[in-house]
Amino acid sequence: MSGAVDLFAAAAVRSATPLALAALGEMVAERAGVINLGLEGVIIAGALGAAVGASSGVAAGFTVAALAGAAVAGVFALFAVRIRTDQIITGTAVTLLALGLTATLYVALYGAAGVALTLPTQAVLTIPVLARIPVLGPAFFAQPPITYFLYVAVPVVWWWLYRTHAGLMLRATGEHPEAALVAGGSPVRVQGWAVLFGGVMGGLSGGSLVLAQVGTFAEGMSAGRGYIAIAIVAFGRWHPIGVAVAALVFGAASALQYLFQAMGWNAPYQIFLALPYALTLAALAIAAARGRTAAPAALGRRQLLAEGEV
Amino acid sequence: MPVDSTRRPFRPGPALRLAVAALVLCVALAVLLRLSGLDVGRAVAALWRGSFGSADALLSSTLVRASTLILAGLAVAIAFRAGILNIGAEGQLLVGAAAAAAVGGAIAASFGRATLIAELAGGAAAGAAWAWIAAMLRRRFGVLEVISTLMLNFLALYVVSYLVRGPLQEPLGIYPQTASLPDVARLPALFSGTRLHWGFPIAVACAVAAWAFLRYTAGGFRLRAVGMNPSAAWSAGLIDVPGVTTRAFLVSGALAGLAGAIEVTGVSFALYENLSPGYGYSAIAVALLARLNPALVIVTGILLGALEAGGSAMQRDASVPSALVSVLEALLLIGVIVLERTALRRVAATGGDVEEAMGVAAP
Repeated sequence: MSGAVDLFAAAAVRSATPLALAALGEMVAERAGVINLGLEGVIIAGALGAAVGASSGVAAGFTVAALAGAAVAGVFALFAVRIRTDQIITGTAVTLLALGLTATLYVALYGAAGVALTLPTQAVLTIPVLARIPVLGPAFFAQPPITYFLYVAVPVVWWWLYRTHAGLMLRATGEHPEAALVAGGSPVRVQGWAVLFGGVMGGLSGGSLVLAQVGTFAEGMSAGRGYIAIAIVAFGRWHPIGVAVAALVFGAASALQYLFQAMGWNAPYQIFLALPYALTLAALAIAAARGRTAAPAALGRRQLLAEGEV
Repeated sequence: MPVDSTRRPFRPGPALRLAVAALVLCVALAVLLRLSGLDVGRAVAALWRGSFGSADALLSSTLVRASTLILAGLAVAIAFRAGILNIGAEGQLLVGAAAAAAVGGAIAASFGRATLIAELAGGAAAGAAWAWIAAMLRRRFGVLEVISTLMLNFLALYVVSYLVRGPLQEPLGIYPQTASLPDVARLPALFSGTRLHWGFPIAVACAVAAWAFLRYTAGGFRLRAVGMNPSAAWSAGLIDVPGVTTRAFLVSGALAGLAGAIEVTGVSFALYENLSPGYGYSAIAVALLARLNPALVIVTGILLGALEAGGSAMQRDASVPSALVSVLEALLLIGVIVLERTALRRVAATGGDVEEAMGVAAP
């Protein structure tokens, strides 16, 4: 029993890692008022980037992954932030573009025969004392280093958002771009950088799929994680800590199937997989019913300023 | 909002620039394929052969895919015209497919041909019910439909996954799918010997009806008014904005559900998990390429149906990943939205009619 629980907890954290990376970046973009549905494309680009870079080692893999993610996010930002095309449509187009391009590039780079690529993966790094805590220790402190990166990134993002002027300006841009402008900010620039940050994190998310989990690239391997990350941002109420917890909930839901298999239980696991989405909907409705919508007020707004520019 | 507006002279500027950009990108793609040792000529030939190249390709592949894409594209177009960002066509399509399969499996033995009507109606009703969740969340609580419909897509996927392994699984209990529908519960072929079924005329009829509704009826006018400017629609015309929005959302869901029902009764004859290769997402491209005009959705639905049919042929015959087709779709889509933005900028500068500039009002 305890063996299965340990496995479950470790699998939950492992599944949560790419989700939390992508969702943390997307959260920053959404707090600046930009919802990037191209995130799915960002992640798959990061995955392919990681596969390409991994020939020079794991670190190079993550670097190329971050750059590839930022490049795709840059395309999104060029249209949705600069030219101010509709965010939803642009995001859909960018995802289509990246899914198609990565599949084509993969064949171009590694041949059509579909020889399975075997890449070096990041070894598990066990943290000496902490890993000996029962259940939680091995789950949280015997993971690949990219998971530990999150333990730093979440508090840093929190501090930056809530304790610095730049963070305040970013939040102001997402709530009330006119006010941010009057206060001397540059909403377009802030949104652009926020989307690029989301791209780097989304790229790392794709990189972690390849370099910390699977060890190879496959067409469409992002498998909807970009959309899941957007759900996580909403479930986490657009807050860094909330996003981290929400990612764990979604990770745990997908890890439940391993637990069920290990225990030989024959229950409809789809219910558990579906549960986080239903919870997110309920959480959004409850928050709104109590008049405490956490969503940034200007989220998804194409027209940056109420008057003047169309 | 002027109902009738004067035509502006066609200006090729941005369109021309985009055409050049598209050409450059296509050449770049060709070079990329060439460099990776793939035969570009063969790929293009296969793309054509698989889509329009023969009567069989057209009738059994292109138009079959187009039927589903047209209905799903209409669902998106109606919602977007009403100012609803329904990106949940995929989920609504899946529950529609599930409902059609469930109804067909349950009553085909006793109702004969009448089953078909029940299947299609059940699919549409299920799609509308799925959309109602998001509509209600928006109306009552102000939950963004982008996020709620996205989540309902995942929920629908798991509902189907559960159904085909649980209550609706085929009697032997081996495969994760429903039992095949009996002949009476299937849409008949339009021409014998082809796979083209009655779903295609149904889709075209729906598109024409939606076009006429938007163009010639007071209800269509209200829907467009709400989509363009909800507060103006309320203050200038006393239009019941939440009511119009909810009804448009339900119709959108019903159309997507009907698309799913047609896929089950006309193409797959059974429900299984990967029933939709992302029809609900391609539908967004179908609707936008048609500039949200239901009549044009017929054309863009056939176009994307052809691209996807040709894409499979390309992968089969020339080893070019069919995913390349989504690159083309994406480029088309980006082209359209950039064109719209440039048109809007021009209107802002000259003070013209925004709806006409978007090319959505005057069909």
